[in-house]
Amino acid sequence: MSLDKSIIEVKDVSFVYKSSNADRPDVTALSDMNLSIREGEFLAVLGRNGSGKSTLAKLMNALFLPTSGTIIVNGLDTTNEELLWDIRSSTGMVFQNPDNQIVGNVVEEDVAFGPENLGIPPEEIRIRVDTALETIGMTEFKEYAPHRLSGGQKQRVAIAGILAMKPKCIVLDEATAMLDPIGRKEVMRILRKLNTEEGITIVHITHHMDEAGKADRVLVIDEGKRVIVGTPREVFSDVKRIKKLGLDVPQVTELMYELNKCGYNFPTDILTVEEAIACLKQSLPSGKEL
Amino acid sequence: MINTNISIGQYIPGDSIIHRADPRTKIILSLAFMVIIFMMNSFWTVFELTVFVLMAVIISGVPLKHTLKGLKPLLLIIVFSALLNIFTTKGTPVAETVPLKYITYEGLIMALKLSVRLALIIISGSLLTFTTTPILLTDGIEKLLNPLKVIGVPAHELAMMMSIALRFIPTLLEETDKIMKAQAARGADFDTGNLLQRAKSFVPVLVPLFVSAFRRAEDLATAMESRCYRGGTGRTRLRQLKFTHADIKIVLTVLVFVAALLIQEYMW
Ligand SMILES: Nc1ncnc2c1ncn2[C@@H]1O[C@H](COP(=O)(O)OP(=O)(O)OP(=O)(O)O)[C@@H](O)[C@H]1O
Ligand SMILES: [Mg+2]
Repeated sequence: MSLDKSIIEVKDVSFVYKSSNADRPDVTALSDMNLSIREGEFLAVLGRNGSGKSTLAKLMNALFLPTSGTIIVNGLDTTNEELLWDIRSSTGMVFQNPDNQIVGNVVEEDVAFGPENLGIPPEEIRIRVDTALETIGMTEFKEYAPHRLSGGQKQRVAIAGILAMKPKCIVLDEATAMLDPIGRKEVMRILRKLNTEEGITIVHITHHMDEAGKADRVLVIDEGKRVIVGTPREVFSDVKRIKKLGLDVPQVTELMYELNKCGYNFPTDILTVEEAIACLKQSLPSGKEL
Repeated sequence: MINTNISIGQYIPGDSIIHRADPRTKIILSLAFMVIIFMMNSFWTVFELTVFVLMAVIISGVPLKHTLKGLKPLLLIIVFSALLNIFTTKGTPVAETVPLKYITYEGLIMALKLSVRLALIIISGSLLTFTTTPILLTDGIEKLLNPLKVIGVPAHELAMMMSIALRFIPTLLEETDKIMKAQAARGADFDTGNLLQRAKSFVPVLVPLFVSAFRRAEDLATAMESRCYRGGTGRTRLRQLKFTHADIKIVLTVLVFVAALLIQEYMW
């Protein structure tokens, strides 16, 4: 997998929600957005409510078309209607509410929904469904009715449904927001596995900073504009700025930040508990255990 | 409050020859059977039909109790049409005294035959839903309606609607339950009062339910679109319907039986 080839190219994109009601003004959800998502990377997208994250996600799936500018997905321009199905099968989307995106009455039937729409022969669909369920570790649930699954399992089924379309990229719009901690962990584990083992590009919109901390890069948008892009370390080390944007930093980063305020001098770019422990240990008088 | 584990479509798992048959076979046969039941009028043919339907129920392995339960909601209609027949059929009165004077032997037999035939129609219909999963049923309906596309019947859309309805019934039931509990916690009372009062107490449940159902519909439409859904054209299916030996056996049996019935009814 090459990290320099871009899979999604956002060029000078603006998006305006046209108001159908004369009393209400049009809403500019994105303005002059530029972004290049590299093939095989794990990108986290942060931003406060209404900052334009979902709009950006839907543009990547050609559910919306840019008001101005262009979006190139896997080398295909999203405004080209003839390429619509190629675009949607190369970047799948997982949405927030697990209940509202499962179409099938049985798990395996739902996973087959995408390939069925693409007109893939039944024998091939069978193989894809089985492989996808295997990858997300839900083979034993293939005959289950979706309402008997947990939230995390439902989201994994939704991911399998996309895998069965053989995507290059998966865009998740707050897919972990409605899950309990266990469900979130399950989904994150699958995403990392897909990212590292299958080289699938992941664009993960989230409000959970610990999830963003594990990404390769973090994009922060505010009021429809790209404000910061960088590695989690770079982004979260500027705690003040992040807070100003209505966001949080991971808990350990915040702890070190608060300690520094009290006069300590720890590094500002700490993201994991292990790193924090190592730093704290160093600052202890030698010989003492933490 | 609400049982969210109800099995929709009342499918009863099993491995009988009727379970194994293709849904299309079963749909066509049960429709054809309903017509045949209406055509049969003589005492003997109705009797033979009864025996045949009961045998089918036994072969299917569906508990008889279950089958009869299905008649309950329609009991009123059966009783009503039976009464209508008893009192309106002309013939020899049962007795000379006043109430019995209006009842005729012919009326009684007519009412009996009618009730039995209505019951048979319901039983053969429910045998279809007892032995076929809702998913296979919608698949079958879609396949059968497909030829009617040329005259504008939206076969795929109808089947998709049925299948989505089935998918969301449990979700919406769970949600209803949640809302009812939430309202009950705020002091709402669903169990006392007359019918009107009780119906009224459901308004605060239905309003949020409808709002959320619309939201769900919108989300689902977006999700389907993003998964390349574009209607029925060019769409393939994971599950393929296939006619097997079971279908041949069932069709032949029914054909022979119906032929025999028709001969008795019309040629004897
Ligand atoms: N259908 C719509 N019609 C009009 N305006 C909309 C519509 N959808 C979103 N908006 C507006 O566009 C802006 C960006 O919305 P968007 O949903 O992209 O934000 P978001 O970052 O996903 O927010 P959240 O974190 O709440 O999901 C907001 O100001 C929102 O009010
Ligand atoms: Mg959003």
